Amino acid sequence: MSVLEIAGVSRWFGNVVAVNDITMTIGPGVTGLLGPNGAGKSTLISMMAGFLAPSSGAVTLDGVPTWRNEDIYRLIGLVPEREGMYDGLSGRQFVLANARLHGLADPDAATSRAISTVEMDEARDRDLGTYSKGMKQRIKMAAALVHDPAVLLLDEPFNGMDPRQRLHLMDLLRAMAAAGRTVLFSSHILEEVEVLASHIEVVVAGRHAASGDFRRIRRLMTDRPHQYVLRSSDDRVLAAAIIADRSATSVELDPVQQVLMVQAIEFERFTTLLPQIARQSGVRLFEVRPSDESLESVFSYLVSAR
Amino acid sequence: MSATNPTSDPKPRRLPVDLTVTSLTVRVLLGRRRGALFVALPALLLLLAGTLRWAAGADDDVAVAFLGSFAVGTVLPLLALLAGTGVIGPEIDDGSIVYLLAKPIPRWHLIVSKLLVAAASVIVFGALPLFVCAVILTGQLGGVALGFGLGAVLAGIAYCAIFVLLAVVSRHAVVLGLVYALLWESLIGGFVPGVKTLSIQQWALAVTREVVDVAVPTATVTLAVAIPALLITVALATWYASRRLRSLSLSGEQ
Repeated sequence: MSVLEIAGVSRWFGNVVAVNDITMTIGPGVTGLLGPNGAGKSTLISMMAGFLAPSSGAVTLDGVPTWRNEDIYRLIGLVPEREGMYDGLSGRQFVLANARLHGLADPDAATSRAISTVEMDEARDRDLGTYSKGMKQRIKMAAALVHDPAVLLLDEPFNGMDPRQRLHLMDLLRAMAAAGRTVLFSSHILEEVEVLASHIEVVVAGRHAASGDFRRIRRLMTDRPHQYVLRSSDDRVLAAAIIADRSATSVELDPVQQVLMVQAIEFERFTTLLPQIARQSGVRLFEVRPSDESLESVFSYLVSAR
Repeated sequence: MSATNPTSDPKPRRLPVDLTVTSLTVRVLLGRRRGALFVALPALLLLLAGTLRWAAGADDDVAVAFLGSFAVGTVLPLLALLAGTGVIGPEIDDGSIVYLLAKPIPRWHLIVSKLLVAAASVIVFGALPLFVCAVILTGQLGGVALGFGLGAVLAGIAYCAIFVLLAVVSRHAVVLGLVYALLWESLIGGFVPGVKTLSIQQWALAVTREVVDVAVPTATVTLAVAIPALLITVALATWYASRRLRSLSLSGEQ
């Protein structure tokens, strides 16, 4: 059982802060690293994998720094996001090369086992260059698993995978976790992380925004204030009725657009209440539209809420 | 629950040369367009030597002039540039170096393995054709051929060490290498006396001069300087390249 400790870690590139004072502990089980593109997930994974020095703070694996330490790769398996591999090799040759580089006692057996684990037996003798994105992802996974690492780090592993491949990889990662491994993967898709990860770490704009199981993250995301844009037959009457109820904090009339902007604090209550209010006040609703449902705004709310 | 497995017990490593690294490197180096250049440059050399022999006959002075300035001075550094940057540059560029780096292998073993491949290809595609050229030009398997062959081997290894280092340090290794080879080694090295003592070409020619009976006009460095200088260059470049490879930053967000 291995534990990754990220303690007060920041990383900047020139004037750009990619990772800003993040502290988290990644233990056995599946952890999802969730955040929008450019949030610093890859930078964080690079530091965990020992391929980037933290500008400040420390990344340790079982108490040992990962930076400039070749020995950690006995424990770590890394599935990089980039696709650069050794084209011209077959899938099997590629995994075998990885097994040999690890200095395994029986590289052939380890290779066959890893390839079976990712169910690539059929395509194993084909050139890497002919693989689809999903197949490349799986053979990269086999290469990362060949030495049976205690820690598996995957950078955006589901990118470019079709639904069937996605489900297969999810099963695989769950099995790894069930065997006591520490599995960490990054993703910018909440649903992906939600169904797979027992623990979620949210990173937004380089900062650690939230941490917990998916129920906690879901609640954080649905409990936040929601902004709605309404169009109705009588905006002023509707505004008065809404503000009289405690589910909204502000109502703003926009005379130019002829819309009503509502800041709702209780998501459930507001959505059930709105039609009732409208009917009671004799106002017809033409349009009800959430104005800030993008993932970015959900994330930025999480950051500002801390 | 355990995540370890009997097959993950590592074998003890003895040599600083990893055969898997060398075979992957050979694949990358001789694949695609680069492979063609490795054949074209020595072919050009042999063609020119043949033409010279036909035009001027067997003449030691012509041989020395051609081999010293053109073969050792220009073609050899170009081949070494191709080989030295080619053994590691493409892998750094496309990110596949991560599969070598994410392994419990000391970084200097990686550099030594790659340097070995580079040096071997410069010997096969550079020093060996150069030796053949010398035989063609002088018409005999004598001192001139041996001297230049030996000089080319030594210069080739030293050039490769420099160019491997450049490829680890910079993404513009080929351009920097060209500037170094053409400006420093060929141009400035030929005119500025101080630079001559700091030129791989001159060190190699000093070794050649020891073997060759004929005067090698450009060699101004003594053997007592040349041999240690070559050894120190290779050792320092390998050491520093390993050090830089150890802290090579790989980030997915580039």
